[in-house]
Amino acid sequence: MNPAFSVIFLTTLLGTGQGLFLALFVIEARVAAGLLEAPSAAFYPLGAAIVVLLLAAGLLASFFHLGHPERAWRAAAMWRTSWLSREVIVLPAFMAAAAAWGWAHWQGWPGTLLIGVAGAALCLLLFLCTAMIYACIKFLQEWATPLTLVNFVLLGCASGVTLAAALAALRGEPNVQELAAWAFAFTLSGLAARSASLWRNARLKPRSNLQTAIGIKHPRIVQKAQGFMGGSFNTREFFHGRAPGTLRSVKWLFIAGAFLLPLALLAGATAAGSPALLAAAFAVQYAGLVAERWFFFAQANHPQNLYYQAVS
Amino acid sequence: MNAPLESPPVAAETRNTTCYMCACRCGIRVHLKNGEVRYIEGNPEHPLNRGVICAKGASGIMKQYSPARLTRPLRRKPGAERGAGEFEPIGWDEAFSMMEERLRRIRSTDPKKFALFTGRDQMQALTGMFARQFGTPNYAAHGGFCSVNMAAGMIYTIGGSFWEFGGPDLDRAKLFVMIGTAEDHHSNPLKIAISKFKRRGGRFISVNPVRTGYSAIADEWVPIRPGTDGALLLALTHEILNTGLYDRAFLARYSNAGYLVNVDPASPQQGTTVRSDGAPRGDNPDHRHDQLWWDRHSGSAVPNHTPGADPALLGEYRLADGTPVKPAFQLLLERVREYTPEWAEGVTGIPAARIRRLAHEMGITARDQRIELPIAWTDSWGQEHDTVTGNPVAFHAMRGLAAHSNGFQTVRSLAVLMSVLGTIDRPGGFRHKAPFPRAIPPMAKPPKGPEAVRPDTPLAGLALGWPAGPDDLSVDADGSPLRVDKAFSWEYPLAVHGMMHNVITNAWRGDPYRIDTLMIFMANMAWNSTMNTVEVRKMLNDRDEKGEYKIPFLIVCDAFQSEMTAFADLVLPDTTYLERHDVMSMLDRPISEFDGPVDSVRIPVLPPKGECKPFQEVLIELGTRLRLPAFVHQDGTRKYRDYPDFIVNFETEPGSGIGFLSGWRGRGGEKAMVGEPNPRQWEMYQKNNCVYHHVLPRSYQYMRNWNQGYHEWAQRTRLRRYTDPIVIQIYSEVLQKFRMAAEGRGPSQRRPPEHLRERLATYCDPLPFYYAPLEVQATDVAQYPFAAITQRPMAMYHSWDSQNAWLRQIHTHNYLFINEKTASSLGIADDDWIWVESMHGKVRCQCRVSEAVEPGTVWTWNAIGKARGAWALAPDANEAQRGFLLNHVIAEELPAAEGRRMSNSDPVTGQAGWYDVRVRIRKAGAGEPAETSPQFAPLPAAPGTAAVRKLWQAFVAGKGEFK
Amino acid sequence: MTQLALVIDLNVCVGCHACVTSCKEWNTSGAAGFMSDDNPYDRDPTGTFFNRVQTFEVGEFPLTQTVHFPKSCLHCEDPPCVPVCPTGASYKRPEDGIVLVDYDKCIGCKYCSWACPYGVRELDEHQKVMKKCTLCVDRLYDEKLPESERKPACVLACPTSARLYGDIHDEESVVSKAIREAAGYTLMPEWGTQPANHYLPRRKTEMRIHEDELERADNPLKIDGRLPKPGVRDPSLDDVTSW
Repeated sequence: MNPAFSVIFLTTLLGTGQGLFLALFVIEARVAAGLLEAPSAAFYPLGAAIVVLLLAAGLLASFFHLGHPERAWRAAAMWRTSWLSREVIVLPAFMAAAAAWGWAHWQGWPGTLLIGVAGAALCLLLFLCTAMIYACIKFLQEWATPLTLVNFVLLGCASGVTLAAALAALRGEPNVQELAAWAFAFTLSGLAARSASLWRNARLKPRSNLQTAIGIKHPRIVQKAQGFMGGSFNTREFFHGRAPGTLRSVKWLFIAGAFLLPLALLAGATAAGSPALLAAAFAVQYAGLVAERWFFFAQANHPQNLYYQAVS
Repeated sequence: MNAPLESPPVAAETRNTTCYMCACRCGIRVHLKNGEVRYIEGNPEHPLNRGVICAKGASGIMKQYSPARLTRPLRRKPGAERGAGEFEPIGWDEAFSMMEERLRRIRSTDPKKFALFTGRDQMQALTGMFARQFGTPNYAAHGGFCSVNMAAGMIYTIGGSFWEFGGPDLDRAKLFVMIGTAEDHHSNPLKIAISKFKRRGGRFISVNPVRTGYSAIADEWVPIRPGTDGALLLALTHEILNTGLYDRAFLARYSNAGYLVNVDPASPQQGTTVRSDGAPRGDNPDHRHDQLWWDRHSGSAVPNHTPGADPALLGEYRLADGTPVKPAFQLLLERVREYTPEWAEGVTGIPAARIRRLAHEMGITARDQRIELPIAWTDSWGQEHDTVTGNPVAFHAMRGLAAHSNGFQTVRSLAVLMSVLGTIDRPGGFRHKAPFPRAIPPMAKPPKGPEAVRPDTPLAGLALGWPAGPDDLSVDADGSPLRVDKAFSWEYPLAVHGMMHNVITNAWRGDPYRIDTLMIFMANMAWNSTMNTVEVRKMLNDRDEKGEYKIPFLIVCDAFQSEMTAFADLVLPDTTYLERHDVMSMLDRPISEFDGPVDSVRIPVLPPKGECKPFQEVLIELGTRLRLPAFVHQDGTRKYRDYPDFIVNFETEPGSGIGFLSGWRGRGGEKAMVGEPNPRQWEMYQKNNCVYHHVLPRSYQYMRNWNQGYHEWAQRTRLRRYTDPIVIQIYSEVLQKFRMAAEGRGPSQRRPPEHLRERLATYCDPLPFYYAPLEVQATDVAQYPFAAITQRPMAMYHSWDSQNAWLRQIHTHNYLFINEKTASSLGIADDDWIWVESMHGKVRCQCRVSEAVEPGTVWTWNAIGKARGAWALAPDANEAQRGFLLNHVIAEELPAAEGRRMSNSDPVTGQAGWYDVRVRIRKAGAGEPAETSPQFAPLPAAPGTAAVRKLWQAFVAGKGEFK
Repeated sequence: MTQLALVIDLNVCVGCHACVTSCKEWNTSGAAGFMSDDNPYDRDPTGTFFNRVQTFEVGEFPLTQTVHFPKSCLHCEDPPCVPVCPTGASYKRPEDGIVLVDYDKCIGCKYCSWACPYGVRELDEHQKVMKKCTLCVDRLYDEKLPESERKPACVLACPTSARLYGDIHDEESVVSKAIREAAGYTLMPEWGTQPANHYLPRRKTEMRIHEDELERADNPLKIDGRLPKPGVRDPSLDDVTSW
């Protein structure tokens, strides 16, 4: 696929927001259970505001993906069949829940935990919807795997929790060590899961090939003309147009940026207790995740590309 | 698409006319909406295309609304160089005055100083008439570099040829062999026919160095080295003759196979057919039909077709006077003796066993799948037949055979092969289309010498014709050419379509002479329609020592801004096909079907854009102003209001009843073929799908070379003057006359110049033979190992449609296709930039490896490359930056020999040998720019063309945005 | 239930692109229009088309097949592009099985094109909605057209009639017959999309020659005395032996 930055930002911002919310909610829950020291009163509302901002930014980014953003409201129509439609419903619901949760905290209302439970459920549902948008396209074999969902969840949580840790550290809140440890754990498991998907995808055998694409059983088939020479939607949308080397570089870039460097920074930050290191860890990780998402799209080899290989 | 069941946008109006996106001439229905073209579809009621349309035809809208349209007459800016494309608009009055003044002066001094050459050959009845009336012999259409070998080689053998003249009867054929054809002129009808043929289970073999287009769906592809088809055909004939798979009865009765030829080396008549002493037979003074047979029953020589006699086809005999004679067929057998399949394998690259098998397939299919139709007919010798027989082996061939300097003899070989298989004008074989078959050769003759050209006088003879011998050549007493292109000279005696490809070079060099005004219609002679393009462009802009242009005045008429219009002194904006009246006339090349004559018309569906004027109107206006006799009354006043009026009222002679259109003649439209002018003729065509189809009685539909009934009908309808049979010329008596002149003997007193005698004697061989093309003979093939050819893509007709927004998306630049193994042996990979070099020039282009090309051949799509800025394309358009012309490596002349320059053409017909070039290939340097070479200075937009190129467009008819 | 479809006969397709441009000219001004063109006269011209003809080379010289391969929306019976559409713009008509896009509902998210393995949907760069072959649905039921012309423009245009049109659920239809009798197949069957459009493979007609067909009693060489016939005086057994 040809990675679109609108969708890259949509999914990464959403993931971070979702991870942040889950981090905040889990802190609240554990505080309620007496397992953690309570943060300052402003921490939850501020965190929730950032969650909503991230989600809103993601939503905004998604509008750039649309040919007709003014009709975006129509996208809720087909929730029975379309994961995209479901996402369109769940995303605002989750945003509302996160906002309500933050607002309730701000107002000091009781029942925030209950709202938090609903928010967390919606958050997980949103992960499911977002991931399934990609995982449900069965012929995009790189995506059609449970690992897509696992990665969306783990990477979203990693970046969100790292952000939570950085936020807590910057504000001098308690539980920074705890959060950093969680972030470390999510990043490490994210690395494991993403490595698993890389390993899997490197071994994928495309189910479609030129033989099935045009229905001719001959071992040697070469396209000579795709039917037009100046490109088309089909040549622009489904192929990144970059050399294989670029893809490899981006892969190592995101492995370093999304996982290795943040792990080091998180470890360093935990040891040194440095808010700056934590902030750096988040910044590096988010940038790394942008690269990861770019790679996620670029690596997906759409079978339609079999039809668009040559001009003459 | 929210409510697709609602009626579609309704086209307010539908009009019938005839397509001209290529030369095929399909019937089309043009739907209009608010004066804009909504939809162009094939006319289901049209006999030619029966409702189908091709990619080009369906893109006519984008041609109509192309920004490259010329809309005003233009004059080259004073001081601007030719080729720079700098113009100022002028009015038609001024344009006509310029032309009138100039042409009047030329006509009253030396009319041959005016040359009219047209890219279009389906308007020759008018353009040829204009030239003749003007008095210049210097007229031709583009046939000289198109396929004149195909026309001449076949017409001099069987009296007809492919495409407009005849074609394969695929309705009844069982085996179809296509040679040297990728896409075709006769595009949609052939596609329809091939598809039906295949669906009926017919076997389709394609012989071609490249597998594209029609060849793609052949049951068998026989890759062959370019220019060696003659060797294959002769080897096939060798095998068919030696296995006895020829149709003896057919040859004996309908060809000159049994005619006895004098083989006495001591006789001055050696090589001529021997004739009876009796009176000539038949009504044609040019054809006595008194050749002798050796009757194998009586063992004596008898006049051919003596009742009861059967000619010996083989053997050697002695006439009563002791003259040794052999039947022509015996000479053919001896001729092909050396052309064994093993020999041909070495020439063509096709294994001998395969050649044998192909010959057997042809021969056995022809013999064992014979068709008998219960159609009674009478032959020219009065014998009645109960049936029409067909040997269902059909052939089709076109430029792959023709565009070689051995093409004439190759095409002769094909016609002979078709004849020995007994397939001429018979079901399942080759069928003629009216007005063919013609006499061999056709009666029209070119001017015979300088006396034919006189001031203020029409030309004596037709500018183009069919020489029957040296006496018909257009040469002076020294043997020098009368025509500037040297057609019908001793160099190219049967150049029946002229030699447009040499006009500019010859006129520039002043050999045979210089001219004053060159008028070009619809031919891109500064680009893809010329060979040696770079030099020809210089010639067009070259001046003599006095500073005057070597070609002093250049008029170009075209509908689009092109490489050629850039060189014009005067540009005349032509209309598109949707804006004009036009006729596909019986006087020209109509669209006849096998079952009878068909002609058709174009009727405008749109008004002319801007000040565009159809070229026909320009000619009629000029003819009237110059008072050419055909265009004015005796008192010099205007005879024809305009072109439609001319078409209706013109008669070849007063009261002849023969005009441009054969349908609905007679006062009330009650007559066909011949009759008085009908003032409502256009209307009647319009009401009848713009086409007139005259279906012949079944008994006149076959065997028309020798069909008495048909000949009498053709005589009544004035298609032919005489009713004599058209006997297949296995042995060409016409060629023999030229050979004899070269040998200093024979009936003609004319003798070729010394330096041409050997050439003439060699190539004017009365029997088909194979020789390597002249260009190849002159090339060091070790240095230049690859044959380089072009193919025409199905979605682009020559250079006609790079200005077409839809078609140019399909072909916007081109590659050189190289066989995969060849490429890897040269260290060249897909997409590499490479240099293609011939003896004459070089181009840089990109490689595309392919498994569908013979290893010794490289090829590219024709005419996709464009000069920067031409056709109203951006200077960096793909056509200019990555497109290229192969023409740059092809020369219009052979390397000089003994100081003499000869055209790179067939020595018999003058057909340009543009498939003969040999090239070498090397990888371009790493630092070289990624663009094709050569490049030319960008052309500016011409006044009257669209000033601004749209960055995007969305065509929706009826909104008035494209009008 | 009706399922309209095209059956494309690769055995006769010569790759002329007639279907490509006739589709464009009908549809750009029709109900499915417009179909924009970018850089129409500049570098890299590109535009919206519903149908493309591609060329493949199969095998190695000299046993190469050149295959021309037209491709447009296959109107799958189980179209993966339809359920993914969030707005319902992409839909399959129950009455005739045509897969269409409602331009008024389409938000241009391109998701349907991602969910199509065949690469037959094109987002119009200027109308910003997803476009695709409609089987010329605006011709099929138009009673102002003669019955014979209520067919897709590409089908009417095709010079080799390589494009058959009809209801593949009707066993008697020309398309069902062609699929049945000429081994019609679908593209990428591995995804279970059940394309309605089918393709017919190349079919090869060959000729077998028997030796005895070359030797016949009526060989004309006999008439012309060219088949070997020994002279009466040539040596024979009669001269050398007795029994």
